[in-house]
Amino acid sequence: MPIYFVHIAFIITALSGVPGLFLRRGSLIAQRISVAMMSAGALTGIYGALTTFFSQTSSDMVSFPWLNMGSCYTGIDTLSAFFLIPVFLMGMLGSIYGLEYWAHDRHPSNSRKLAIFWGLLVAGMALLVVSKHAMAFLLGWEIMALAAFFLVSIEDCNRESRDAGWIYLISAHIGTLALFAMFTLWKLVTGSYMLQTVAESSVSFAVMNTFFFLALTGFGLKAGIMPLHFWLPAAHATSPSHVSAMLSGVVLKMGIYGLVRWLSLFPNPPYAWGGILLVLGFVSGILGVVFALAQHDLKRLLAYHSVENIGIILMGLGIAMLGQAGNQPVITVLGLSGCLLHVWNHSFFKSLLFLCAGSVIHSTHTRQIDQMGGLSKVMPWTALFFLIGAVAICGLPPLNGFISELFIYLGLFNTIATYPGGLVAAISVIALAMIGALATACFVKVYGAVFLGLSRNNETGHFRESSIVMLLPMIILGALCIIIGLVPVLFTNILAQAVSVWSGIESVSLCNPAAVAPLSTVSLVAVVLVFVTGVIFLIVRNLNKRTPQAGTWDCGYAMPSPKMQYTASSFAHSVVSMFRWVVMPREHKPHITNVFAESATFSSHVNELVLDRLLLPLSNVVKRSSGWFHWFQQGLIQQYILYILIALFLMFCTQIPFKELFEKWFIH
Amino acid sequence: MITSIIHVLLLLLMPPLLMGIINKTKAWFGGRVGASFLQPYYDIIKLMRKGMVYSTTTTWIFRIGPIVTLVALLIAGLLVPMGPFSAPVTFTGDLILFAYLFGLSRFFTTAAALDTGSAFEGMGSAREVTFACFSEPALFFVFLVLIKISGAFSLTPMLHGPMEGFSVAIAAPVVLIAIGLFIIMLAESCRIPVDDPNTHLELTMIHEVMVLDHSGPLFGVISYTAAVKLFILSTVLLHILMPFQLQSDWINWLLQIFGVMGIAVLVGVVESVMARLQMQHVPYLLVSALLFCAFGFILLVR
Repeated sequence: MPIYFVHIAFIITALSGVPGLFLRRGSLIAQRISVAMMSAGALTGIYGALTTFFSQTSSDMVSFPWLNMGSCYTGIDTLSAFFLIPVFLMGMLGSIYGLEYWAHDRHPSNSRKLAIFWGLLVAGMALLVVSKHAMAFLLGWEIMALAAFFLVSIEDCNRESRDAGWIYLISAHIGTLALFAMFTLWKLVTGSYMLQTVAESSVSFAVMNTFFFLALTGFGLKAGIMPLHFWLPAAHATSPSHVSAMLSGVVLKMGIYGLVRWLSLFPNPPYAWGGILLVLGFVSGILGVVFALAQHDLKRLLAYHSVENIGIILMGLGIAMLGQAGNQPVITVLGLSGCLLHVWNHSFFKSLLFLCAGSVIHSTHTRQIDQMGGLSKVMPWTALFFLIGAVAICGLPPLNGFISELFIYLGLFNTIATYPGGLVAAISVIALAMIGALATACFVKVYGAVFLGLSRNNETGHFRESSIVMLLPMIILGALCIIIGLVPVLFTNILAQAVSVWSGIESVSLCNPAAVAPLSTVSLVAVVLVFVTGVIFLIVRNLNKRTPQAGTWDCGYAMPSPKMQYTASSFAHSVVSMFRWVVMPREHKPHITNVFAESATFSSHVNELVLDRLLLPLSNVVKRSSGWFHWFQQGLIQQYILYILIALFLMFCTQIPFKELFEKWFIH
Repeated sequence: MITSIIHVLLLLLMPPLLMGIINKTKAWFGGRVGASFLQPYYDIIKLMRKGMVYSTTTTWIFRIGPIVTLVALLIAGLLVPMGPFSAPVTFTGDLILFAYLFGLSRFFTTAAALDTGSAFEGMGSAREVTFACFSEPALFFVFLVLIKISGAFSLTPMLHGPMEGFSVAIAAPVVLIAIGLFIIMLAESCRIPVDDPNTHLELTMIHEVMVLDHSGPLFGVISYTAAVKLFILSTVLLHILMPFQLQSDWINWLLQIFGVMGIAVLVGVVESVMARLQMQHVPYLLVSALLFCAFGFILLVR
């Protein structure tokens, strides 16, 4: 039954942008219709997903005819339902946010395009999550990839947007290519395109490893695992903020969904897979956060944090794979609960942070952190929600990030205690601790430089708080972060059912992370922490109602100015210089020759590790060495049609009976 | 119940005494009489009765920062056992909560410092978060060694591990993590050789410079919190330095009290005989703490 709700939701959301085509450009009514359709579809979908958890019935399948393939199937189980909820939730919240952020009357040229592809993006993800058959999966995957391409390059008048869009498109299709190879191999080995567990004996070890690396490439490109993340920062930074929130919060998770679903088809994986995922996880985690620290652009910074969080999610998955390999249910449950809960958590707090960043950019019209400052006075609510997101993403108690990291830590400790050696797990613990400390450094930097202190911008007059339309999605996401942080027990049953489907452990109560992690005590401590802090804060505030105010004490300096504040770049400088060997920041320092120095400028920037230092130089080499090929490719349509004709002719030539002709002419 | 009450009383009342002992030790090394042991208590009480001045730049973050820090550290203090007694709050994985409560307090201390918009405080908080990138992993290495020794994931059995299952095999790792933890303690509670709590308004400062604009009761809270942090970390260290217990309960409590006081004397001695390190050399010290703990772990893995 739930699957029909998801199908209805799929149709409504996919069509949500269509009515706009029949109304005039820049029509606000068109936007309201599309938001209403999107919300209706999303609520239907969320209802369908939630009934999956509470209906207790086994998943029902729906079949569709597919040309030359027989039938293809969709069906919903608790693991699909778990991923559906963020998809639909963000689809709805993002479109509501867009009512003011990307109002149709202020963006008449591209807002209809945005509405159509937003609907298709949500529908594509919904389809791929519920598909049980490779064809439906690939269809959903491609709808998602193409819709996301059009959303990234929505402002195609900007060169920056176009470039980001092209790089995204290329990487998305390399990923799809790997998936094509993987599914073809799957069909060869198992004889079916169905995504079902197969007997171990029918798949040889080498083939299994091929599957693993193809899946890692295909899904890893989408998820943004460290060496494959190169498309991610630019795409997330240049698109509109609610699109970035969707891309970072939800679309990346589709890569994780693919990986999680695919790995569930192998109930007895080798130990090495878990180890590889752990190593990739902590490398992505540390490098992601270090590169984030070095950024000057608010949205690029948040984009690199997605790489970090994908790393943490992968570590959870790696622990679960180690648990499966050694048949240790406790480790599997802790690892996968951490992985899945972090998927939810990241989609909530990262979307929240991107929406807050959008609110800031909407008001200040810049993405440069060093031109902001003091915004919490003019935008108090945005500042509050950004703070909630920041504390959550650093994994600090009492918010939701802590709960998922707690599961992952406990999974790692159990791994160390259970398996001999366990050196990789030990390094992962240290890496996770370091990621936590670095993330704290990064978000103190962002929060301090953007919202605290004094404004570094001269045009503070027109800065204002966003309206309730933009604040409402932030309120909902912030509330989710707080609820998961304070009472995680509410969600463990949902987690347990998803874990049970993934791991094949029949008993749901055995899969409940609350049985192995002390969640009630943690939530008690969190509530006490919040309550006591609140009470003391109120006491202090009431005791000092008329506290005198004065300027910040600047050691007696006569003329302090906002420009003298510590900037975000200088804040991060000491950490970045410790990681100089990988970040390699470029600094353009003034060269001072005279005794009385002239006015000078200083700037620094950080290149993308993979894209700018590896792929672009490499593609330049390829471009230079293959210049002769332009002789074949001159941009004439007629010429290309000729090539097609030649190709067809050559194909027909295979039908010519050369052998017979040869015998006829030369032998006789 | 009685143990919990004594635990909470010691946690709330004893910390400023450690500061008094450190100052007395330093005075003794310097050939001075020095202030009374109880001087930190007098200071805090005096601050609590004073008025406050807020900077016009600041927001509510500035006010709530010291309070979050205090509450987070007091809760962390409830997770650490004293002597052979169990901690008032103990559960599987409380060590993670312990470390992350330190992280929470760091987040709000540094954010409150940035709220003033002063370059000095920005500098202090930048250093604080930078050094945490080493001290936090090092702390986790200490915990990993204790997990290997005790096989438990909770602070009470972990810290009692060296006492209960003492053998020659764990002696070397325990010594190594004791050295590592001592360095972490000095760094986290901002003592020499990482930070100098006496030189106000120097560019060499970390902790003191972050709280330049706090005054009156909030500054009292900050001074008290600094003492609590030292007390908690020295309680952890004491378990590793003294892995034994005596028969009677009250002797064990006295052992705990005098042990922590002994660590305060040790900190005072270090402060008297050493100079503060150059700022760019501090990371080396913290990396060496990390390496001590790593070697301790490797000795146990084999």
